[in-house]
Amino acid sequence: MSFLTIQDLDVRLRGSGQRLLRGVSLEVAQGQVHGLVGESGAGKSMIGKAILDVLPRSVEIAGGRITLGETDLTALPAKARRHELGQRTALIPQDPLTALNPARRIGGQITDRLTRVLGWGAARADARAVELLDEVQISDPARVMKSYPHELSGGMRQRVLIAAAFAAEPELIIADEPTTALDVTVQKQILKMIAAMQAAHNTTMLFVTHDLGVVARVCQRVSVLFAGHVVEDADIHTLLSVPGHPYSQALLSATPRYDDPRASLRPVPQSVIDATRAEAEAHDV
Amino acid sequence: MLLLRILSRLLSIAVTLFGVALVVFVVIRLIPGNPIAMMLPPGATDDDIARLTALYGFDKSIPEQFVIWLGGVLQGDFGTSISLRQDVLGLVLGRLPGTLELAGLALFFAVLIGVALAIFGTIRRGKKTETGIDIWNGLTLSTPDFLWGLALILLFGVVLQWFGISGRVSPQLDLPFVTQFYLLESLARFRLDLTADLLAHMWMPALALALPLSAMIAQVLKVSLKEVMTLDYTLLARTKGYTERQVIFREALRNAALPTLALTGVQLTHLIGGTVIVERLFSYGGLGSMAIDAVINRDLPLIQGIVLTFAVIFVAINLIVDLLYTVLNPRLRHG
Ligand SMILES: Nc1ncnc2c1ncn2[C@@H]1O[C@H](COP(=O)(O)OP(=O)(O)OP(=O)(O)O)[C@@H](O)[C@H]1O
Ligand SMILES: [Mg+2]
Repeated sequence: MSFLTIQDLDVRLRGSGQRLLRGVSLEVAQGQVHGLVGESGAGKSMIGKAILDVLPRSVEIAGGRITLGETDLTALPAKARRHELGQRTALIPQDPLTALNPARRIGGQITDRLTRVLGWGAARADARAVELLDEVQISDPARVMKSYPHELSGGMRQRVLIAAAFAAEPELIIADEPTTALDVTVQKQILKMIAAMQAAHNTTMLFVTHDLGVVARVCQRVSVLFAGHVVEDADIHTLLSVPGHPYSQALLSATPRYDDPRASLRPVPQSVIDATRAEAEAHDV
Repeated sequence: MLLLRILSRLLSIAVTLFGVALVVFVVIRLIPGNPIAMMLPPGATDDDIARLTALYGFDKSIPEQFVIWLGGVLQGDFGTSISLRQDVLGLVLGRLPGTLELAGLALFFAVLIGVALAIFGTIRRGKKTETGIDIWNGLTLSTPDFLWGLALILLFGVVLQWFGISGRVSPQLDLPFVTQFYLLESLARFRLDLTADLLAHMWMPALALALPLSAMIAQVLKVSLKEVMTLDYTLLARTKGYTERQVIFREALRNAALPTLALTGVQLTHLIGGTVIVERLFSYGGLGSMAIDAVINRDLPLIQGIVLTFAVIFVAINLIVDLLYTVLNPRLRHG
């Protein structure tokens, strides 16, 4: 029984009608981490934004359905959808440097959702924030809560954003390349932390990345995306051992291996790219 | 470090004021027209003129006059008005509150209208409403304040005859005020009947002064807001379940306000400059209309006093804007 279901999601550029997502379908079971991989511009973030109802104004959903639990999100009126999503979902963004409001203290940015959307009192929300900051291993939470974003390092800020995402115990978290903008040394810690928190809170997660190595560490299932089209949807072991689609195979050969860093990397061949693009565009009728 | 910053700021203020005083002092003395001759009746002899000229010190060289005047100013003596034969400082302080209240009300209108249009335009960005707001702003921006004043007078004073178009307050009223800040004092004394009468007189000149500034605020703030609304932290706020309006008020407005604040500071000095003509247009008893009389009468001490007062106001505005800047932007607070 899947918890998050996307059926034939079609997203287009307003005006020109250019297709950014071409009938994307995927299912994520409750408590699972589902990976979304693909090269830059494939539409990974677009899927996340479509689910969270924060698509840029220049694009529109032209078709398809998104269901969360029993709720058909696409059928809700705009205001109700925002509210529903605010209570049940959260985002861990890519760039911790730009995702915090520079003019507001950290504490408020963690408790926003609790106080403003769920209606908690300030004291209870603050106590919860301290708890969360402990959980993401930030020492001296009280001081951090009074700080402004520019007073914290990138890794610290990403921890803060993770804490904020888990604050209201969301049912679904979308993590959009949550480690890409960080130092390599910090990346692993953060990745581990997200995985640990996801397991502890039993949160369903959609994990966006272009790094198959990251996918291998945290995801149970993966969708491989190319030009807004899902070319393969498989469990992680299948994808890593016997990838079904030529593009997935090529992507795998283009990824550095942790067990053998010196194994030669082959870029995705142009012939595979062309064939996959033709396949994706065959969807447009 | 902070002390050093304050000291250097004070020094630059002193230099600015000195510069303004010097330039005005010299320039108004190079303009032809003898102030003494203008104040005497037609039959006065050359002898009379010479005696009075010496009395006011106009027979000395300009540098000498400046040193004497500056010495007086430093002790709080701004000299005596030639046309009104009263202490300049007293005259200026008597008129200043009227102008400050008018400019304050105008600023309030400008911010209110400008911010409301910017927010409304941002919420409806890309729609017809935004185009409408842009057109309105273009119109307001290209029409100077005194033309707005004339238009308001024609509409509400002449055609509709809803409001009186002259003065600061209805002359038949008994005023209990001890200060010249009528509007503030009427509020403090809770004499809302007087507040209403004052506002009925002030709203038109204030609106005339406010409209061009309101358009500037609306356009600059809307551009900043629209940009901030594409940034990651506003996207994150939307995922928290905020409506567009909540995103604007809770996340975007503060960060988008900085460029607008700087602009408002600069343009507020224009607005205050605009009081000179608009006050005259509405026969509003403020510093501006006194400035026009002083210039017409070649009342050199009074002109100097008024100009110096305006300069002090401008310097104060800049100081306040800088302070607000630091309050709004936490990154400026350190270092
Ligand atoms: N604001 C926008 N307006 C119009 N088109 C956009 C906008 N943002 C992204 N796109 C287009 O949508 C497509 C998918 O973009 P998306 O951001 O989902 O890619 P991605 O897979 O997340 O890539 P990356 O790894 O670089 O983040 C791209 O072709 C991109 O050019
Ligand atoms: Mg992306």
